[in-house]
Amino acid sequence: MLVAKPGLDGHDRGAKVLARALRDAGMEVIYTGIRQTPQMIVEAAIQEDVDAILMSILSGAHMAIFPKVMELLRQNGVDDVLVMAGGILPDEDIPAIEQMGIKGNFGPGTPMATIIEYVRANIAPERLTQDLAPLRSGGAAFDTQESQQSQAAQ
Amino acid sequence: MANYPIVERLLAGDRRALARIVTLIENNAPEARPILAQLHTHGGHAHIVGLTGSPGAGKSTLVMQLARELRRREQRIGIIAVDPSSPFSGGAILGDRIRMQELAGDPNVFIRSMASRGSLGGLATATRDAVRALDAAGFDTILIETVGAGQAEVEIVRAAQTVIVVTVPGMGDDIQAIKAGILEIADIFVVNKADRPGADQTAAELRMLLSLDEQRKERAWRVPIVKTSAASGEGVPELADKLAAHLASLRETGQLGSRSGRQARSEMLALLHQALLDKIAATISTEDWNRLIDEVVERQTDPYSAAGEIARRIGLAAAQEQD
Repeated sequence: MLVAKPGLDGHDRGAKVLARALRDAGMEVIYTGIRQTPQMIVEAAIQEDVDAILMSILSGAHMAIFPKVMELLRQNGVDDVLVMAGGILPDEDIPAIEQMGIKGNFGPGTPMATIIEYVRANIAPERLTQDLAPLRSGGAAFDTQESQQSQAAQ
Repeated sequence: MANYPIVERLLAGDRRALARIVTLIENNAPEARPILAQLHTHGGHAHIVGLTGSPGAGKSTLVMQLARELRRREQRIGIIAVDPSSPFSGGAILGDRIRMQELAGDPNVFIRSMASRGSLGGLATATRDAVRALDAAGFDTILIETVGAGQAEVEIVRAAQTVIVVTVPGMGDDIQAIKAGILEIADIFVVNKADRPGADQTAAELRMLLSLDEQRKERAWRVPIVKTSAASGEGVPELADKLAAHLASLRETGQLGSRSGRQARSEMLALLHQALLDKIAATISTEDWNRLIDEVVERQTDPYSAAGEIARRIGLAAAQEQD
C-alpha cells in the first residue's frame, strides 16, 4: 500500500489514521509524507512495487493532480496497480475521477472497514505472475514442487 | 543457460524489474531462487554499508544526507530501509521515505522500504537477497538502514561490509558504552545531532570505550568517531570520506574477502537450516509431532530422545550412531 498526500496541503491526519488502520488490517503501508508531486508518487509506487496507491487530498487540486498521476503511471507501464482516492472530493467531480481509472473514492466519515474491504476485494491477485510467464514455461532451472503447482494452477 | 527476461531487464536498468524481483524475494516466491542464482553471478561490485542505531537517532535523515553526498561523488545509490512489522497484525507502517524526499526524482537513487516480518536481528529475512538484486543492478553503494536497534540487534554485520553505528548525545552513561553488543560491531561511529549539548562528551566516552578494547589496537582499521548533524548535513562529507577509507582498508588487508567468506558461510548455514526444517515438515506428520510433544510433557520420554527419533526418521546417520 502506498498512502500519499499529493499537492500543497498539510492536513495529513486522515492519511495517518488510514495508514494505521491498514497496518492493523495486516498490510504493509508506505507513507510518503505530505507535499508529494505526481512524479514522487509514481516513482515511489514503482520502487516499492505496491499493490495499491491511496491518495488523500483536501486542497481541491485533485482535478489538476490526479490526471498527471494516471498519465505518469501509464507512461511507466504501470497498469496493474489499484489507484484510490479519498478526502474532499465534490460529488460532481466523482464521475470524471472514476473515468481516469481512480476507484473507490471515499469521502469524510467513511468507516475504515469499508476502505479495507474495498482494498482487499480490488487488488489484482495475479499481479506477480505476468512478469514470470517465461520463467514458468521455461522451467529448466526450475523444477520445484511449488512451481509445478503454480503451473498447474494456471 | 541464458538469463531470464526479468533478470535481463534488471541488468539493463529497468527499475520495475528490480522492484518486482525484490517483491518476489520478500514473498519467498518459488521463482526467487533461480532468479537470485543468476543475479549472484552479476554482483560483487557494490560497497554495502549498514547503518544502525536506536530509534530516533536520525538514521533515515543521515541515510538521505549520505546518499546526497555520494551522489555528488557521482555514485549510483541503492537504499534499503527496514521498519518493524506489527507482532499482532503482521502489518507495518514504513515511513523512512518521508525523510528521503530530497532524493525523489533522481534516477540514480533507488529506495526500497522493507518490513521486518518477524525477523529479530534488525533486518528482514529478505534483506540480504534484496541487496544481491541491487548489487546486480549496478549500484555503487548500497545503504541498509536497520530497524531502530537497541543493544543486541547485530544481524547487520552479516549483511554489510561497513557498519555505521549511529548514536546521539544523552543516551546513557559510559557503562552503556562498555556493554557487549551493538557497540562492538561498529566500523565507524557517528554521533548525530552533534549540535546538541553533550555531543563532545558522548564522543569522548566512545573514544574511551575504543581505547579499552585491546583487540582493536592490533587491527589495521582504527574506528573513527564522526560528529554529524544530519538535519543540516554537517559532518556528512567527512563520513563519506571515512566510508571510502574503510573500504580501501578492507581491500588492503584482505578483509573484504574474509568478510565475504564469513557472510557466505552464514548464508549457506541459514539455507541449510531452512532445508532441514522443510525436510522435517515434509517427513513428520502433525500427529507424530503432537504425540512426541505429549510424551515429553508426560515424561514418558525426554526431549533429546524425541528429537533423536525425528533425526533418525529424516535419515540423519549421526543420530543412529548415538543409539
